[in-house]
Amino acid sequence: MNIGWYLVVSALIFSIGAGGVLIRRNPLVILLCLELMLNGANLALVAFARMWGNEDGQIFALIVMVVAAAEVTVGLGLVVAIYRRRLPIDVDGLNELQG
Amino acid sequence: MSAVLFFIAAIGAISGAIGVVMLRNPFYSVLSLAFHLVSLAALFLLLRAEFVAAAQVIVYAGAVMVLYVFVVAYVGGGEQLSSGGVLRVLGPLFALGLVIELCIAMLGAGLKGVNSKGAPFIPGFGTPAHIGSLFLTKFLLPFEVASILLLAAAVGAVVLARRRRGLEPDEQIELRIEAPRPAWTGTMAEAAGLRGPGQEGLAASDAEAVTTAADSSNREGGW
Repeated sequence: MNIGWYLVVSALIFSIGAGGVLIRRNPLVILLCLELMLNGANLALVAFARMWGNEDGQIFALIVMVVAAAEVTVGLGLVVAIYRRRLPIDVDGLNELQG
Repeated sequence: MSAVLFFIAAIGAISGAIGVVMLRNPFYSVLSLAFHLVSLAALFLLLRAEFVAAAQVIVYAGAVMVLYVFVVAYVGGGEQLSSGGVLRVLGPLFALGLVIELCIAMLGAGLKGVNSKGAPFIPGFGTPAHIGSLFLTKFLLPFEVASILLLAAAVGAVVLARRRRGLEPDEQIELRIEAPRPAWTGTMAEAAGLRGPGQEGLAASDAEAVTTAADSSNREGGW
């Protein structure tokens, strides 16, 4: 398959994730949609690595996965802290950044 | 053959992504994302990135998804599908525009390699040996920075999600541990002579309450 097909798939995945971030209200699902966007970018990086015959893009994809894991741990910690304080699990209701 | 595999994996990845956005229950969204990740790993394999594919399945579909499932089971609950009014209409429109814009940007970039099958085959491309040697030579600094980032994220998650005293009034931790001990069993008071054989007054009760009181006045109610 040509590399362009992979790029089209990555663009689709990224856009679905971006639309999900806008549509959904649950912070858990917003985190999942962020994962979708990062995975779309990962697919493009690996496709470009294949295109150039150079493994630097794969290294970049692995670093992106590390950053995504870090983001997930902090985000889920925030969700658990929100739940403990009996606040609504809803990003529209969480519009004050007070301690 | 590779075209068939590509279309199967691509349809799986895209349908998994749509499922993440469209399903109401967050638990089903997480399962849909796991399916999406496995399909994406198949695409990585088709692109000869075997180490990235293995890491994707093990780290993402294994560890991160288990974390998600635990948090969804802890928090629970469904929700209304979407936010009100404006974003519900603008979100899909924005996604559609983004697809068109990205396709124009990447396919119309004039890169000759986009319309080819990629570089000629290199033995060992994308194997763990190549990736590992790159991580330890050319990309040593990003590798170490990533480890520091993971450590900081782990500490931050523990600080964020830990149980803070004083914020939840319904959970009082019992601080006094009372362990009754019968008399003449070698307590500290007997050793100090405070309660000897002739002093019946002090040993009026057969049981001595050893009180271990954690000094609660020194503790702050969370950071």
